[in-house]
Amino acid sequence: MSSSNPLRDPADRRLPRIAGPSGLVIFGVTGDLSRKKLMPAVYDLANRGLLPPGFSLVGFARREWQHEDFAQEVHDAVKEHSRTPFREEVWQQLVQGMRFVQGTFDDDDAFERLRDTIDELDKAQGTGGNFAFYLSVPPRSFPVVIQQLKKHGLADQDKGSWRRAVIEKPFGHDLKSAEDLNRVVHEVFAADQVFRIDHYLGKETVQNILALRFANTMFEPIWNRSFVDHVQITMAEDIGIGGRAGYYDGIGAARDVIQNHLLQLMALTAMEEPSSFSADALAAEKEKVLGAVRLPKDLGKNTVRGQYAEGWQGGEKAVGYLQEDGIDPKSKTDTYAAIKVEVDNRRWAGVPFYLRTGKRLGRRVTEIAVVFQRAPHSPFDHTATEELGQNAIVFRVQPDEGVTVRFGSKVPGTSMEIRDVSMDFAYGESFTESSPEAYERLILDVLLGDSNLFPRTEEVELSWKILDPIERYWDKHGKPAQYQSGTWGPVEADEMLAREGRSWRRP
Amino acid sequence: MKIDLTDTTASKINKGLVQARRAIGTPAVGMVLTLVVVTDEENAYDALKAASDASREHPSRKLVVIKRVSRSPRDRTQSRLDAEVRVGTDAGSGETVVLRLYGEVSDHAQSVVLPLLLPDAPVVVWWSVDAPRDPSSDPLGALSQRRVTDSYAAEKPVDELRSRAESYEPGDTDLAWARITPWRSMLAAALDQVDSEIVSVEVAGEESNPSVELLAMWLADRLHVHVRRAISAGPGLTQVRLETSGGPITLHRSDGAMATLALPGQPDRAVALKRRETSELLAEELRRLDPDDTYASALRFGVDRLGGIQSAAERAEAAAQPVPALPVRAVPEAAPASAPASTSASASAGASASASASASADQGDSDRPTPAKMPPVKKQEG
Repeated sequence: MSSSNPLRDPADRRLPRIAGPSGLVIFGVTGDLSRKKLMPAVYDLANRGLLPPGFSLVGFARREWQHEDFAQEVHDAVKEHSRTPFREEVWQQLVQGMRFVQGTFDDDDAFERLRDTIDELDKAQGTGGNFAFYLSVPPRSFPVVIQQLKKHGLADQDKGSWRRAVIEKPFGHDLKSAEDLNRVVHEVFAADQVFRIDHYLGKETVQNILALRFANTMFEPIWNRSFVDHVQITMAEDIGIGGRAGYYDGIGAARDVIQNHLLQLMALTAMEEPSSFSADALAAEKEKVLGAVRLPKDLGKNTVRGQYAEGWQGGEKAVGYLQEDGIDPKSKTDTYAAIKVEVDNRRWAGVPFYLRTGKRLGRRVTEIAVVFQRAPHSPFDHTATEELGQNAIVFRVQPDEGVTVRFGSKVPGTSMEIRDVSMDFAYGESFTESSPEAYERLILDVLLGDSNLFPRTEEVELSWKILDPIERYWDKHGKPAQYQSGTWGPVEADEMLAREGRSWRRP
Repeated sequence: MKIDLTDTTASKINKGLVQARRAIGTPAVGMVLTLVVVTDEENAYDALKAASDASREHPSRKLVVIKRVSRSPRDRTQSRLDAEVRVGTDAGSGETVVLRLYGEVSDHAQSVVLPLLLPDAPVVVWWSVDAPRDPSSDPLGALSQRRVTDSYAAEKPVDELRSRAESYEPGDTDLAWARITPWRSMLAAALDQVDSEIVSVEVAGEESNPSVELLAMWLADRLHVHVRRAISAGPGLTQVRLETSGGPITLHRSDGAMATLALPGQPDRAVALKRRETSELLAEELRRLDPDDTYASALRFGVDRLGGIQSAAERAEAAAQPVPALPVRAVPEAAPASAPASTSASASAGASASASASASADQGDSDRPTPAKMPPVKKQEG
């Protein structure tokens, strides 16, 4: 309808994309993610004027709450966690559309009440039957909730309205379970109505990888095996598993992080230029890269997993993974994983991509470092360039979003001594409407039906095809190396790169 | 870090910037543009604060040009430049130089600003008050890609809009236009949901608020229907009412914060439409540095073609009086003749287009200026 709207004009670039009439239903609304990320993101969107008038938020959970209790809970969460300042009038707009439905996932009555609530909102708030169901629930509950939605007609789209499902990782724990899950979801929701959240893809810096690569001329000519020595993609956390023992044990760092976030970041770094910025074109290029990934033959030498041991992390004493509450002291779950993969195409043949992730590492940081080869010839003598490392372009994804370029420069005052220096580009700090949170962007995209930044079924399955052989190898061989909390991982990981004459960056 | 330089020059200020950066031990951050703020002593504090806040989203070098009015004739013949260099925490994100111009040099502010511009980065000029009549031919305006004025701060906003339309050049923009973005976006969202034909429109707001006229002109320009401008007590914009074949659509805001959207056959809905701070408006302006064609088109629709506005005859009467008391500080007559000359051709074309538009106002909308009749979009030079 918007194409015929005389007030809409593509040249009018001030007008933001506002979602059409719609509502969001959150299952598992009492969870951490919902309180810390989803509710604040909904508020921030409203505050930026990007939600339609009458936008409705429905919470579904077991807790015995009235609508007011729910509103109060959202209010507290928003006050504590929202990015933009709290404004009473925005809150007043939101609160009119807030409902709570009490029940468990197997409770038919509750889903009937949910349907009544949605009907009532269509009348009172004008949501037009458009609802997104956000499944912030443990993976084992996915099938139940999806089936319930189908059974009670909540997934039925009629009269031009839409119903969408938003699901969070993990998308299964191996290829087979991922396929099962996809089958369950797609039986009820059409493929283009399913949105898989990988919140990394909602981050500004990640989208900036594409801008930097494809809007500029100076990077792309060197973005290949002739100039790039290797690529390191790191996602480090300084925290342990916290209270998530039940979820984490048996899953591990590789399934939790490498399968989704790191492989997605790798795909964006390595992919060819898409023919357009549309969802289909992007997905096609990402799938080509993921399909071209080759694992090294000797997985023992080219993968490392570890578990954090007791130690000191940032001035606090930390217990080891095996001593955490609720963890089997014999657990073989990895809290650190580093793997080497290659992308077998003309651009990247022979360039290793090192992916690593871990908990209780030195600090919280996510970055992509493209490390270049050394100059083929140096007119300077050896002592002059002793301190010179390799040139690098680093995308800092979080925190302190930005881009760093590292190159050599003469040290002032000396006869000739060349040392590494960094040139930084930092995004401005957050103020007014700058740098939206990833969840804001992603929720808005769901409401708009824009699937650019969401991994598709094929990408998820390809990623499992990369990780499954490694997990199988780990199951059969050895056990995780121990590393002291607060360090940058086990020595085995350092040795893995040292064998090839390289070393990990200290991010 | 703050360095005061008295009776100084641009090159000394440049040295001061380097010295200040060294002293606090951080190199230049990635500044994306130079923002020149032209203001007077009365408004300097607020303008600088807004600019600093906006610079958190757009790291920039801010050059605040304050022209000091000297009391005695003797002082006026003397020329002096004082500068205050601020780098680090007190400068928002980026660097700030506050320039105070006394005497003759205040007519040659561009000579101070030019050497201080960031190399190869866009320049934005913002006149927080006293915008020149023709921003693009103003010596400072000529240095910049984007010229931000604020007709809200003008003594006679409607006259200001007329003169903006006459002198419009791509890159001109008005904070009064930025103020209505949330309204425009909400109205566009409302029309996404309604299929019926629009018959007429009424826009109501404070008397001396040019945002009301701009919104009305935008609606008239886009919808091709009669738009009436009504006066209310405010604050700001208070109501837009679209009469459609399916019933009225109204967006009503009485308290400057919370609005109600009423669509035919749908429940009333509350919408937050808060009036925004200057810093937010400025941040919005800086987000896009390409010409705002939608603004140009709305502006050129012409205030005089709105219903409820002082008629053309009354206006002619007012124009017959000696100089209209526009609060424009006279740009010195001695302004370089060559700069305006290049723009005068298209500016006069703009004037004639809008003149013919206002003459044919009552002949209906078929005569509204088509883009073809408008002056050609001028490529930015330099």
